Amino acid sequence: MDDLYRELILDHYRNPRKKGLLSPADIDYEEDNPVCGDHIHLTIQLDENNVVRDVGWEGEGCAISQASASMLYETLIGKSLDEIRKISKDDILEMLGIELGPVRLKCALLSLKVLKAGAYGLTAWPGEEED
Amino acid sequence: MKHDFETPLDVAAVRADFPVLEREVRPGVPLVYLDNAATSQKPLSVIEAMNDYYRRYNANVHRGIHKLSEEATDAYEGARKRIAQFINAASYREIIYTRNTTESINLVAWTWGQANLGPGDVILSTEMEHHSNIVPWQLLARRVGCEVRYVPITEGGELDMEAFHQMLDELPVKLVAVTHMSNVLGTILPVREIVEAAHAAGAVALVDGAQSTPHIPVDVQEMDADFFAFSSHKMLGPTGIGVLYGKRAILEEMPPFLGGGDMIKRVELGKSEWNDLPWKFEAGTPSIAEAIGLKVAIDYLEGVGMENVHAHEVAITAYALERLAEVPGVRVLGPSDPTRKGGVAAIVMDDAHPHDIAQILDHEGIAVRAGHHCAMPLHQRYNVVASARASFYLYNTFEEVDRLIEAIYKVKETLTF
Repeated sequence: MDDLYRELILDHYRNPRKKGLLSPADIDYEEDNPVCGDHIHLTIQLDENNVVRDVGWEGEGCAISQASASMLYETLIGKSLDEIRKISKDDILEMLGIELGPVRLKCALLSLKVLKAGAYGLTAWPGEEED
Repeated sequence: MKHDFETPLDVAAVRADFPVLEREVRPGVPLVYLDNAATSQKPLSVIEAMNDYYRRYNANVHRGIHKLSEEATDAYEGARKRIAQFINAASYREIIYTRNTTESINLVAWTWGQANLGPGDVILSTEMEHHSNIVPWQLLARRVGCEVRYVPITEGGELDMEAFHQMLDELPVKLVAVTHMSNVLGTILPVREIVEAAHAAGAVALVDGAQSTPHIPVDVQEMDADFFAFSSHKMLGPTGIGVLYGKRAILEEMPPFLGGGDMIKRVELGKSEWNDLPWKFEAGTPSIAEAIGLKVAIDYLEGVGMENVHAHEVAITAYALERLAEVPGVRVLGPSDPTRKGGVAAIVMDDAHPHDIAQILDHEGIAVRAGHHCAMPLHQRYNVVASARASFYLYNTFEEVDRLIEAIYKVKETLTF
C-alpha cells in the first residue's frame, strides 16, 4: 500500500494541479470510466504552432485516476501535439511509479485516454490500440 | 472488541470445513473474505462430491443404459428433488436447472414474456434491482413493445410500498419482477405482500432470490411467487448452475426455451413434441457435477440450519453496523435495522473513492467488492457513483469485523485531506 499510495500520488490527489476548465478551449473532451464511474473533463489551449499554451481540467474519482490526471496534464504545457501523441501507457506507469492490477490500470490510464481522444479522436484504451 | 452480540453457530467448526479460509493472501496476512454477496466459498464436502463424480461415475445423464450413466442420472435428478424440498416446491417438476439467476430470469423473459406480453402491457420492477432483473425486461420490452416501470425506494432503503400499490392500481401491469433481498442495501422485501397484490391485480409475480436463498429460509409455496430464481454459487455450491422455480400450471403453458437434445419427446423433420417438465426447458448436456455439488451445499446449509445461518448474520451485521457508525465520515447505504436486512454493508466514505477503499482493504487481506455491484440505478438513486460492499456469511467472525474497522481507519489515515 505504501507503494500504491506513495506520497507523490497522495500529494497530487489532495492538491491537484491545473484544476478548472479553460474557456475558450481548442480541445475540450470528457469521458467516464464505466467500470467505476471515474470522470475526467479536459480543456487545452494551443498557440499558433499547435503547442500547448495552457491546460485545465475537472474530474471526480479514485486517488489513482485523479492523481494521474494532475501529474500528466501539468506536464503538457509547452509540448507540441506531435510530442503529446508519443506519450504511451508505459510513460504513465513510469510517471506514477507503481504496480497496478488490471482494474486499477484503467483508473491510471483514463487521463491519457481522455487526452488522446480529445486531441486525436483516438478512443481505444492506451496499450490496447491494436485489439 | 468486547460486545454483547451472540451467534448460535460454532463458527470455528464451520470455518474448519472451508479449505480456502486457511490461506494467507500474502505471507503473514490471513484472508478475511467479505465478498459473499458476489460469490461464497465452498466447503470441502461440495468440492469432494464433484471430484467423486468425475473420479468414479462420470457419464452423461438420461441416456446410457449402463451403470455409470444410471448413477450419474440418479445423483443429478436426486439433486433436483433435494432442491425442491429445500425451497418447499410442490414438485421436482417445478425445478428447472439453468446456469445462474441471470439465465433463469432471461428464460422467463424469452418464453413466458415473449408469449404473453405486448404493446400496452407493463412490467413493474423496482429501483433496487440487480441488472439481471432489469436488462432482460428492457430487452423484452424492445422486442414485444411492452413497457418497464420501476417502483421507487425510500431514503432509508425500503421499497416504497405506497407507490407500489398505486402503480399496480393505475398501470396495466402484467408482470411484477422484484428482488427478495437487495444485493447492495440488504433490504428484505415483503414479497408475500407484493405477490398477493400482484395476483389481485391479475399479474404474474417473479422473485429474484439470488441474495435471499443463501441466507434466509425460503418457502416458495408460502411466498406464492409464480417464478423464483437463484444461483448455486452464492450458497456454497459451484458456479455454472442455477435454478428457476416455476408453478407447474404456468410452466406447462410456456413454450420451450433453447432447442436441442433432452428437451424433446419426439423429433420429426417437420415438427417436434416437447418433453415433460422440467426437461422441456433443459436442452443439451447439463452441468451434472455442478448439480451434484449444489445438492451437497444444500445438505451443508440444512445441517447448520437456515434459521441459524440467518441469526448468525444478523449478529455479525449488527456488530458491523455498530462499529461502522463509530467511524467519522463513513455512511452505510440502506436500512439500519440488522434484523430487517441481509448481511450486507455498502460503505460510502467522505474523501475516499470505493476503489481506493477496496485497494487498501485488500492490502490488509480483506476482500470486499467496490463499484456499482450491477445496480447502477440504485447508486444513481443515492447520488453516489459507487460503494464498497462488505457482505457476510456463516463463516465470518466478529474478529473479522474488527479487522475491517481497523483497515477502514487506515483508509482514512491514508486518504483523508
